Amino acid sequence: MPDRFKAIAAKAGPFLGLLLVIALFSLAVKPDSDGQAIFLTYHNFKTIFTQTVIVAIGAIGMTLIIISGGIDLSAGSSIAFGSVVGALLIKNGAGPWTALAAMIGAGGLIGLLNGVMIAKLRLVPFIITLGMLCVVRGAAQKLGNNQTVNYDSSPINDWMTTADPRGYALPAGVWVVIALAIVTTLVLRRTVFGRHLFALGSNEATARLCGVPTQRLKVLVYALAGCFFGLAGAFQLSRLTQGDPTVAVGLELDIIAAVIIGGASLNGGVGTILGSMIGALTMAILRNGAVLMEWSNADQLIIVGIVIIIAVYVDHWRQERRA
Amino acid sequence: MNGASPAPASTATALRLAGVTKFFGATRALRGVSLEIARGEVHALIGENGAGKSTLMKILSGAHAPDAGTLELGGQPYAPESPHDARLQGVAMIYQELNLALHLSAEANILLGAEPARAGVIDRRASRDRARTALELLGHGSLPLDRPAGSFSIAEQQVIEIARALLTQPQVLIMDEPTSSLTQADTEKLFATIGRLRAQGVGIIYISHFLEECRRIADRYTVLKDGETVGSGDMRSASLDHIVTLMTGREVKDLYPRAAHAPGAVVLETKSAASEPRLRQATLRVRAGEIFGLAGLIGAGRTDLLRAIFGLDELAAGEVCVVGAPVGKHAPRDRWAQGVGFLSEDRKEEGLMLVQPIADNLTLTKPGAFGRFGWIDGRRQRSAAQRWIDELRIKCRGPEQAVGDLSGGNQQKVALARLLEHPARIFLLDEPTRGIDVGSKAQIYELIGQLAARGCAVVVVSSYLPELLGLCDTIGVMCRGELAAVRPRSEWTEASIMHAAIGGA
Repeated sequence: MPDRFKAIAAKAGPFLGLLLVIALFSLAVKPDSDGQAIFLTYHNFKTIFTQTVIVAIGAIGMTLIIISGGIDLSAGSSIAFGSVVGALLIKNGAGPWTALAAMIGAGGLIGLLNGVMIAKLRLVPFIITLGMLCVVRGAAQKLGNNQTVNYDSSPINDWMTTADPRGYALPAGVWVVIALAIVTTLVLRRTVFGRHLFALGSNEATARLCGVPTQRLKVLVYALAGCFFGLAGAFQLSRLTQGDPTVAVGLELDIIAAVIIGGASLNGGVGTILGSMIGALTMAILRNGAVLMEWSNADQLIIVGIVIIIAVYVDHWRQERRA
Repeated sequence: MNGASPAPASTATALRLAGVTKFFGATRALRGVSLEIARGEVHALIGENGAGKSTLMKILSGAHAPDAGTLELGGQPYAPESPHDARLQGVAMIYQELNLALHLSAEANILLGAEPARAGVIDRRASRDRARTALELLGHGSLPLDRPAGSFSIAEQQVIEIARALLTQPQVLIMDEPTSSLTQADTEKLFATIGRLRAQGVGIIYISHFLEECRRIADRYTVLKDGETVGSGDMRSASLDHIVTLMTGREVKDLYPRAAHAPGAVVLETKSAASEPRLRQATLRVRAGEIFGLAGLIGAGRTDLLRAIFGLDELAAGEVCVVGAPVGKHAPRDRWAQGVGFLSEDRKEEGLMLVQPIADNLTLTKPGAFGRFGWIDGRRQRSAAQRWIDELRIKCRGPEQAVGDLSGGNQQKVALARLLEHPARIFLLDEPTRGIDVGSKAQIYELIGQLAARGCAVVVVSSYLPELLGLCDTIGVMCRGELAAVRPRSEWTEASIMHAAIGGA
């Protein structure tokens, strides 16, 4: 049953890729001078999971957009904008939950703006969000007066530390990713909203013909994804313990790459949250392993780039299988 | 020979086909086509939709290879490997849809793919000369060569396309429905251009649904029907009736079981409905339990009428009423809520989500009905899909299989099942049996009959006349954007429908 085999290979592909990357680094990374492994250890994976959080949360939002047939290039800027908003509020005495809500809200507003422009101006999402990439980055810099926004201290700073002050085994950010991934998976698979997203990305004409409110849905999905980018901004803030308007430049590309490695199609209609999470983890492991191998930054870039191309090629190959 | 047209420049044969056969899977699209075209002859190729003209043209232009038969070009065996090869050998094609790079200049378009160049650098003077020469041959020497192709009128764009075809000095030029998007005045100019080409000895295959047009421009004709050559002769001495009989005269098999149904109250009405770009005027009334057929040529506005009724296109004028009440602004969502269902003629591009499962395609109009508060109960959804899979005998592995994996007939059944599951009371079916096997066709006819018997109103658009005559209670014929004649089926024949469709009434 070569057909059946191909189908399984296509489904399990991202996971097999992840295992392959882990296996390769396990063999390649040399133990330390005491003969202790340094890659395949609890502590290192705790670090990797923590380093995955920001891209993973962004990837959840991006998966929704990519399934609907769109793209959002302003994600990195939104994350930076969110972190600046949060830092300013905390600096002015706001509590962590207020700051969190504001960061999610700020991301949501940017997404709403993206969605409304895409639906109303009927321009391709690539162009609109490319423009917003610049606009939002500029807005973040203005808001932060062209410098990092520092504050004394905040409980937010604990959300991403591997020191694990509250004994949760993993930092709070990792648990948030796991919870959101499960909820979003259920929403995608079990709700009318999720079903409509797949329909929109799969064939917009069919969706319209069947009475799916396509334009409203576009606005909604960008706004919702924006909330995820805002939340990712909160974890960015927690990680740096300061608001930085120049952070996360180009992060949207890591996020998109994670979604694509996870098996989503840039043509829309295909994608899973689990796949995107595996994609995000694969990216983080690549970066982590590369550091442990003491590869130069340039080599890291080249390798990550090659992995993205291979993943997209696999996507293309799967599309052909369908046609 | 009619005095108005010049005699052919030469009587030597340009193109000869004998016994050309072509299969697509198990379907025989062509079953022994013969055709002979002399140099300097305009030859009309006539046939109903689906008679095999497109397939034949694709073979001539090198897009498909025939399975059997002989092709000769200028006395030599002709076996083009690709459209490019066909062009080099001397057979050029002008498609109904123009193929121009609208941002490039007229000159660049004419020379596209044949740019005179040295070491990759385009020889600008030579290209200008060649483009100019080609246009002069067509009597359009004054066309500005530097303007982008998109800035010209459709008729001028067509001239640019013909000029491109002339660059390779073709022996045979194939024109597919060249007047379908032209105004009357532009049509006259095109005929003048064709006259010039004929005088230069080019053999021209002219495909058109408009028989009057063929009679004016063509020297000879060949009629195709069901993939066969059923007649040919001198165009001017042939009567239109004779040609229409050749086109349509076939035995009608008993595919159309008639369940007893009695039309009731009017449930769907359009009053002078019009929409951009094609639908000019349509007034119809469809009753519950009535099967209403819409006949007409491709591009006559039949699909446009259904789309306007369903709210996919905006009404430019007129009114659509469902069960007596005018419907609001365009929105398919509202129509589904009113119990109107639409089956698209284009399964792949519009009708179905090919990569998604059967179950999702089938329940897309209201997935929320399979659960509560926006959550979907997957088991209920799958069991609903399974019910239709059994009922319509859809061949598949199960409700989770992607629709794109199914055969055309089974895909169409999924698309129809969506309307049945909804459930709709008014069915707008655009070419419900296009491209599907006979078994599925018979099943769909039976289903339509049952719907009418249950009191549903059904509007069927079809290009296949026996189907309309076998199935419908009432048939309306559209011609050039207008719903011209609506009569009970008993008052129509294939010939009279064809006459009305080509504007001969």
